[in-house]
Amino acid sequence: MISFEHYLLLSTIIFGIGLYGILARKNAVAVLMSLELMLNAVNINFIAINKFVITGGVTGQLFAIFVIVVAAAEVAVGLALIISIFRQKKSVNLNDFNLLKW
Amino acid sequence: MSIIDLVFLVTAGVTIFASLGVVISKNIVHSALYLVLSFLGVATIYFQLSAAFLGLVQIMIYAGAISVLIIFAIMLVIGEDVNQSNPSTKKGTLIGVIAAGLFTFLVSISVVSSNWTNLVNNVLENPVGDLAQMLMGDYVIAFEVAAILLLVAIVGAIMIAKGAEQEND
Repeated sequence: MISFEHYLLLSTIIFGIGLYGILARKNAVAVLMSLELMLNAVNINFIAINKFVITGGVTGQLFAIFVIVVAAAEVAVGLALIISIFRQKKSVNLNDFNLLKW
Repeated sequence: MSIIDLVFLVTAGVTIFASLGVVISKNIVHSALYLVLSFLGVATIYFQLSAAFLGLVQIMIYAGAISVLIIFAIMLVIGEDVNQSNPSTKKGTLIGVIAAGLFTFLVSISVVSSNWTNLVNNVLENPVGDLAQMLMGDYVIAFEVAAILLLVAIVGAIMIAKGAEQEND
């Protein structure tokens, strides 16, 4: 029987995979993709809690919509930054993104 | 085991497989395609949680728009060798395995050992109507701020991606 815990476990696993991707990958676009995975895991949590914890109302789904909005804005600005840095550095390797270091 | 459980297990397995594909693939184009599969898997999870509107939003915005944006960006910034375009650092892999493993282990332990009482089954008659009323009612300020955030993000993304103007007047 699939219950609340299974959804929480699924979102935990996806969040963990995203965390690994953020820490291990060198390509900046791959880091952004891992970030999207983590935000998706958070959304699964919101919607599972909306289904299993609160009675009536769609507050969890509403918050998931706001998370999606912020994720869309973040990925647009992030990819623009990556393209802009790529134009100067000819690389998307995060180790080369040291413009603010001395 | 009912058919609902089987559907959940299959979609959860596909989603986890696709998420692993995103972070493990050596080729970043494959990573992006696995990301689309992962988004679709998450959308089916939303459908199972009776959030049909969110599932459709997920398919349209994530699988439709954001993944295309990511694939376009990959095409713009791709290096000379696409098969090695998504390397991982040795140190980062070690730290990532430790951090992600520890996180997943600890949170899973706390989820499984928690005593979930008073769980309900929130059956919604008209979820889209409720969402619309909340967006235009109690949460109207957050809704407008989100709209302004999107506008600023679009303008900012265009300005950043366009690059500094090379004016010599």
